[in-house]
Amino acid sequence: MVERRIASVSAMDVAKPSFAPLAVRGPSWDGRFTVLILFLPPALLLFTLFVMLPIGEAAWYSAFNWNGFGRPTNWIGFDNYRFVLETRAFWLALRNNALIIAVSLAVQLPLALTLALMLAERFRGAVALRMLFFMPYILAEIATGLIFSFVYDGDYGLVASIWRTFGAEPPHLLASTDTAMLAVLIVVVWKYFGFHMMLFIAALQGLDKNLVEAARIDGATRTQTLRHVVIPLLYPTIRLSVFFAIIGSLQLFDLVMPLTRGGPADSSNTMVSFLYNNGISRMRVGYGSAIGVILFAICVTFAFTYKRWFMRDE
Amino acid sequence: MSNVETRSAFDPAALFKVLFLGLVAVFVLVPLLATLLGGFKSLGELRVNPFGLPRHWEWQNYADILFSARYWQLLRNSLVISTLAVTLTLITASMAAFTFAHVRFYGSSMLLSYLTLGLLFPAATAVLPLFIKVRDLGLLDTYFGVALPQVAFSLAMSVLLLRRFFRDIPYELLEAALVDGCSYVKFFRYVTLPLSRPILATVGTITFVNSWNAYLLPLVMLNTDALYPWPLGIMVYQGEYSSEWHLILAFITLTILPTIILFLLAQKHIVAGLTAGAVKG
Repeated sequence: MVERRIASVSAMDVAKPSFAPLAVRGPSWDGRFTVLILFLPPALLLFTLFVMLPIGEAAWYSAFNWNGFGRPTNWIGFDNYRFVLETRAFWLALRNNALIIAVSLAVQLPLALTLALMLAERFRGAVALRMLFFMPYILAEIATGLIFSFVYDGDYGLVASIWRTFGAEPPHLLASTDTAMLAVLIVVVWKYFGFHMMLFIAALQGLDKNLVEAARIDGATRTQTLRHVVIPLLYPTIRLSVFFAIIGSLQLFDLVMPLTRGGPADSSNTMVSFLYNNGISRMRVGYGSAIGVILFAICVTFAFTYKRWFMRDE
Repeated sequence: MSNVETRSAFDPAALFKVLFLGLVAVFVLVPLLATLLGGFKSLGELRVNPFGLPRHWEWQNYADILFSARYWQLLRNSLVISTLAVTLTLITASMAAFTFAHVRFYGSSMLLSYLTLGLLFPAATAVLPLFIKVRDLGLLDTYFGVALPQVAFSLAMSVLLLRRFFRDIPYELLEAALVDGCSYVKFFRYVTLPLSRPILATVGTITFVNSWNAYLLPLVMLNTDALYPWPLGIMVYQGEYSSEWHLILAFITLTILPTIILFLLAQKHIVAGLTAGAVKG
């Protein structure tokens, strides 16, 4: 911290042309100019070309009825947005994203926090368990989705086998509109709780141990210490974890494709799989761009509001 | 702390903890083990015995895949794309981060905020215009058509992480080097980069894992089977062998094996990198 502050103060001094000790052959404008010309453009160019321009173009294309060939000419104003908002599947996808967020907050976060509190202490096997719980997070979503489409498979899967031992007819969880989304939600928790657990463990290890010690010496029980000292100290990390859970759920796609492709009857679409199924795979550029713009607006509005309300000091 | 205190074996809190951890471990492990073992079973056995050890170990399932050109081609394609993405990200992001960390110029903080906008939304939002852009550039169906957008989308996070690390390099070092007639470029090459190996490894690892696992971008940008990275290839494979689960499970196991090996080798960098957002920039 202190070093960083020193570094930033010194960096400001460079701007002053009269910085005495460096006047002889110091960081002259020439030197800085070379760096600016050489070092910045590659990153800025790539970023502008492949990230910012497409977002702007999405807004432009969304005003056309266009299949992607030639130039867009068929201007239809805001009709694409109207079409999107009139589609039932869009609202289903939005509801599913809300469900994912709800489960992330109500199930995944408490689970991750509990595990972190247990595994932040040192005992035999703690590190191995941390790694085990983190493992699902680094597996590709596609592989995870395929593994679970086996788990849920009505003929060969693990769930089917458990059902059969109880003598019941095995369900086809992914093929029913009632259960497909539930099945996806379980996989979401399986895949991502380890990431949030690691966030909490990192935060717990960075906690000021003196505060916890002081509370214990003052006679607080373990539960009291936890509730009134440790958890409040974790609030910034909890807010961050919530932020990641929400942004992550808004871009969920890879996991859904091998499981259900958004089906049956759009019951398990997320915003992005809805975008894929309706915009990309049919090359309806205008319509797909409108969905993209809506998703972009949701992400950015959420990010700014959240930062303003909850993460002001960070 | 707690294990120093002597506790009886019947401490309910400790018992609950062991049970809870055990339950979660089973929840995580069972699907993975069933996948690994399922690849060693015949389809018939899989149906009656999906959980247990195989009665007959069918090495043939794995051997057939390992000796097929298809498997290695998928891995090679993924490796080429990920290597391109990592190399280009490290070069462009470290140069930009160095400039933002050490060179004061008008508009510096504005440009940095511009870059960090990239953190706010997923690549999927603009994937259709991105497709058209890549097509107009003539990069459709090439490795670069996938790798370049991946680099662009990983830049924001990479620049932030690198810049924070670069700024901790003592300023006196740069000052002394500049007085001695060393240029910024040489300082970057011979001082900053060698001192920054840990963060470069971390950023490289995140970019690699993200690119290795990516599905949407290659799905949109590639049309030729011969160029498919493994996440696309495995979906095609699953489509072909739709319910021959024993083969699909063997294929899944073999394709996630590289990830697991990399994870075991580079745990530290992967955990540090993937949870890096937690440390405030």
